[in-house]
Amino acid sequence: MAEEAKPPVPPPPPESEKKPAAEGRAAPASAEAAKPAAPAKPAGPVPVPWTSPLVEKYKGQYGSGLDAQTYLGQNYFAVDRSLIPDILRLLRDEEQFDYCVDITAVHYLQREKQFDVVWILYSFPRNERVRVKTQIADGASIPSSVSIWATANWLEREVYDMFGIQFDGHPDLKRILLPDGWKGHPLRKDYGILQQDNEWVQINLGIESGQ
Amino acid sequence: MPNFIMSYLGIQDAITPGAAGSQFWALVYVFIIFAGVSVAVMAMNWLERKALAHFQIRLGPMRVGPHGLLQPIADAIKLMLKEDIIPAEADQFVFWVAPLIGLLASFTVYTVIPFGPSQAVSDMNIGILFMLGVSSLGVLGIVVAGWASNSHYPLIGALRSSAQMVSYEVAMGLAVVSAILMTSLNATGTGTLSMIGIVQAQQQQGVWFIFKFFPLGLIAFGIFAIAMIAETNRAPFDMAEAESELTAGYHTEYSGLRWSLFMLAEYAAMIAVSSIAVALWLGGWMRPFPNLLQGPAWDFIFSLFPGLTFLGLAAIAMVGVVRMPSHSFFKIQRIGLAGFAAVLGFIALLLLIIAVAGRSADASGAMSPAARFREGIDYVYWFVFKVAVFMYLFIWYRATWPRYRFDQLMKIGWKVMLPISLVVLIATAIVGVLVS
Amino acid sequence: MNDSTHDVSNRALSNLDLETPEKPYLDSNELIINMGPQHPATHGVLRVILKLDGEKVLGTECVIGYLHRGVEKIAENRTYTMFNPYVDRMDYVAAVSNGLGYCEAVEKLMNVEAPARAKYIRVILTELNRIASHQLWLGTHALDIGAMTPLFYTFRDREEILKIFEKYCGARLTTHAFRIGGCQYETYAGFEKEVKNFLTFVAPKIDEYEELLTTNRIWIERTKNVGVISALDAIALGVTGPVLRASGVKWDLRKAQPYAAYSEFDFDIPTGTNGDTYDRYLVRMAEMRQSLRIIEQAVNRIPEGPIMAKVPKIIKPPVGEIYHSIEAPKGELGYFIVSDGSTQPYRLRVRPPSFVNLQALDTMVRGLLVADVVAVIGTIDIVLGEVDR
Repeated sequence: MAEEAKPPVPPPPPESEKKPAAEGRAAPASAEAAKPAAPAKPAGPVPVPWTSPLVEKYKGQYGSGLDAQTYLGQNYFAVDRSLIPDILRLLRDEEQFDYCVDITAVHYLQREKQFDVVWILYSFPRNERVRVKTQIADGASIPSSVSIWATANWLEREVYDMFGIQFDGHPDLKRILLPDGWKGHPLRKDYGILQQDNEWVQINLGIESGQ
Repeated sequence: MPNFIMSYLGIQDAITPGAAGSQFWALVYVFIIFAGVSVAVMAMNWLERKALAHFQIRLGPMRVGPHGLLQPIADAIKLMLKEDIIPAEADQFVFWVAPLIGLLASFTVYTVIPFGPSQAVSDMNIGILFMLGVSSLGVLGIVVAGWASNSHYPLIGALRSSAQMVSYEVAMGLAVVSAILMTSLNATGTGTLSMIGIVQAQQQQGVWFIFKFFPLGLIAFGIFAIAMIAETNRAPFDMAEAESELTAGYHTEYSGLRWSLFMLAEYAAMIAVSSIAVALWLGGWMRPFPNLLQGPAWDFIFSLFPGLTFLGLAAIAMVGVVRMPSHSFFKIQRIGLAGFAAVLGFIALLLLIIAVAGRSADASGAMSPAARFREGIDYVYWFVFKVAVFMYLFIWYRATWPRYRFDQLMKIGWKVMLPISLVVLIATAIVGVLVS
Repeated sequence: MNDSTHDVSNRALSNLDLETPEKPYLDSNELIINMGPQHPATHGVLRVILKLDGEKVLGTECVIGYLHRGVEKIAENRTYTMFNPYVDRMDYVAAVSNGLGYCEAVEKLMNVEAPARAKYIRVILTELNRIASHQLWLGTHALDIGAMTPLFYTFRDREEILKIFEKYCGARLTTHAFRIGGCQYETYAGFEKEVKNFLTFVAPKIDEYEELLTTNRIWIERTKNVGVISALDAIALGVTGPVLRASGVKWDLRKAQPYAAYSEFDFDIPTGTNGDTYDRYLVRMAEMRQSLRIIEQAVNRIPEGPIMAKVPKIIKPPVGEIYHSIEAPKGELGYFIVSDGSTQPYRLRVRPPSFVNLQALDTMVRGLLVADVVAVIGTIDIVLGEVDR
C-alpha cells in the first residue's frame, strides 16, 4: 500500500496575500461565498497528480506502490520502500536520469514512519529533474544507491551522520561531518538545538562544554 | 713600511697576490671579498624582498630603515637573538657542522673569482675546476643537514635537493667545458682552466664567448644559466624547499642563526655561480663592446660608468627623500635616506674623480698608479655589474614562474640539458678545429 | 581503545584498502601521509590522508567536518528572513550566489516572483561575484603551483568588485545582498557607471593573468593531464560546475534551467576537452569573460520598477517542499526546503557543490604524484565553508 507522501497537516494559514503566479498551481478555491467586504483567501497550492508517459509506465509497473505528484511545477514520485533501489536503477538506466543531484532525508517525529528519504535526480538528455521519496521507520535501513550513482557515497554518509539512517550495501558508512565518536544524530527533531555530545567534547577538547 | 706590504704594490705587471706570493695582501683581499660578499648577501636579501614585492604590486619592507634599507640588519639581529633549537634526537655535532660545510663550500670559491686580471686572491691554473669542485661540496652540507635533523621530511627534502644539484652539475660541467674549449683557439693552441686566463682569452680573441661561434656559445651559456638556477635550488626549481609541499626542505629543523647560515650559503652560491657565468661567457671584467666601440674616447666614456651608476643610485635615493611625506614621523627616515644618498653621491664623486684622473695619466702612455687604480676599479665594477644583473634575474624568475614538479625537474636535467650540452660541446670542438 | 579520538591508526580506512585478508599489513613500500588540517595549500581546514607508493598516490581519503557549524539545524530554528545572512557564510567567497539561490528557493515556495528590476540587479551582482570568486580561485591555485605573483594581481582587481558590493549593501564578503522577494537596496547613485568602469578595467586584467600563465611552459607541464576526470565519471560522481564543463559536458544551469533573468542574456558556455587541470583553468578564465558579457548586457538595460515583490512581512510559505538550484561559481548549488506552513523551515537542505566535487578528488589523483594532489585540490575549487556547512 502506498502512502501518499502527504505533507504534515498545516495550521490555518495567516492573513497573507498570495500573488497569483506560476505553473502547476491548483485552481484557487475562491468558490467559497465571497463576501464583498473580505474576499476569501484562495487556498494555497496543493500537489496535483503528475501525468506523463513516464508516470503511466511506472504506475502500470508498480501499481499502488508508486504515486506521482507535482507541486509548484516540480515532479516527484512517492514510492514504497520496497521499490528502492529498483525504481532508482530503472530511472537511471531507462529514463536516463544519470545525475543524482542530492540524497537527503526529512524527519517527522510524530509520524509512524518517521523518515522521508529523498533522492533528487536530473537527466541531462531530457533536462528534467525528478524527486523520489520514500518513507522508512526509525531504525530501519534502506538499500544504498552507491552502485547506481557513485556520488551517493558521501551523500548517504551525510544522511547517516545527520539522521542515523543505515544504508545497506554502502561501502564505507561512517560519519562524515561530525567526529567519529559523536553520539547522536543532530538533524533529528529530537536532538535539541543546543544539544551536543558533551562527553566527546570533554574527552577530545578538554573543555566542559562547547557553549 | 714593511717589505711584505710594499713588495706587492711595487710589482708592475698585473698579478694576483697569490701568484706574487704575498700572503698579507692575499689575506687583505680575502677580507675585502668576505666583507663584500656579506654586504652583497645582505643587499641581495633586501633587493629580493623589495623587487619581489614590486612585482607583486606591493611595497615590501618600508619601515625598518628608509624604504626598508636596514631590514637585512634587523633580520640578522633577530635571527641571532632567536632561540637555538636543536631536536633532541638529532646528532648534535653533525647538526652543528652541516651549515658550516655549506658555508665553507660557498665561500671558498671566492678565492679564484676574477674580479680583474690581478684582482683575485689567487690565480690557480685549475681555477674553474676548483670552483666546480668546491661548490659541489655544498651538496654534502645539504645532505648532512637533512640527515642530522633526524626527521624524515627534512631527510627526503635533503635527498631531493642533493639529487637535483648533482644532476644539474653534469650539464653545468659540460657547458663549462665547451667554454674552456673556446679558450684554446689561440696561437699556441692551449687552453687554460684558470679563471683569469679564460677572461683574458676572451680579451685576446676580442669576443665574449657568448657570441662566439654563434649560436653555440649562446646555447652553452643558456644551459649554464638554467643549470645554475637548479644548482642553487631557486625558482622555478625550488620544489625541494617550497612551503606548499609536504617535504619542507632540509633546513626545516634549523632556527635562528643556523638557518641564516644556510641562507647565507645559498646567496653566496648564487653569486658564485653567476660569477662563473660572467667570467666564462660574458667577458668577466671586460667592458661592453670592446671591439665595436674602441679607442680612448670610448674607454673614457665607459670608465665613467661606475661613477654614473652611483650617481644614479644617489639620485634615486634623493627622489625617495623628496617623495617621502613631510610628516614628522618620517623625519628620521628622510634624514637617513638623505644621508645614504649623500654617501652614494660622495662615492660617485670619488669614482668620477678617479676616472678623470686616471684618464689624464693614460694619455701619456705610462701607467701611473692612478691609472692602474682606475683600471682596477673599472674591472671590478663591470664584473660586479654583470653579476648583479644575474642576481636580478634570479629574483625576476622567482616572481614570474610557477615551480616544476620534482620529476619534471629531474627529467629536464637528464633528458634535456645533458644531451644538449653534449651536442654543443661536440659542435664547439668540431667548429674550433675547423676554424683554427 | 577509546573510539572517540581522531587517531587514524585505529580506524579501518576501508577506502584506502589498508587491510585485506590477503594483505594484513601495509606493503613496505607504502606510506600513509597526512595533509592538513592546517596546511597552507588546502584552502581551509581539510584533512587529506594519502596512501603513497613512493611518490605515487594510491588512494586518498578526505576527512572533513572541521568547519561544520550545523547550518541546516540552525535553519530549522530561524525564520526564513532571519536565516538569510547564514546562507552567505557557507560559500563565503561567493556569498551573493548563495543568497540568490536561497531567496529564489523561498520565493518559489511562496509562489512569488521578484520583479524585473530586482532580477537584473541580482544578475549583475551575482556575475560580479562569479568573477570575484574565480579571481580568488586563480590566485590561490597559481600560488599552490608556485606562481606567487598572480595572487596579488587577482586580489587587487577583486578589490574593485568588493568596493561595488560595499557601496551597494555595506559588506564586502558576506553581503546579504538580496531579500526574499527581491532586493532591499536600490542601486546607489553611480552604480551603472561604476559597473561599466569595472568592465573596462578588468578585461585587460584577465588578459594579464592569461599572459602570465596560459602559454607558460611550466604552467602547462604542471597542469596538463593532471587530475583528469572523464565526462562519464564526472556525471556519475555528481560533479558540476567548471569541473564538469572542462570534461566536455556543455551544461550550465543558467542555460538549461534559467532563473533570474538569465534567459534574456546572450552568453556562451565554455567547455574543455580533456578534463584536466589545464582545461579547468581555461574554462574558468573563459567564464570570467562570459560573465563580463552578461554584466555588460544587463547593466545597459536595467528596467525601471519596484525592486521588491509584494511579500508579507512574516514569511510563511504554504505547506510543501521545493528544490531550487542555481549555477554558483563552484557548481550546482541547490536548496531543498520543506515547509510546514510555519515561519521557520521544517527542513532546509543545502546541496553544496564543493562537497560533491570534493568527492571526485579520489578519482582524480590516483596515480599522480604528491605534488599534484595540491594542484588538484586547488583546481576543484572548494570552499570548506560550503563543504562542511
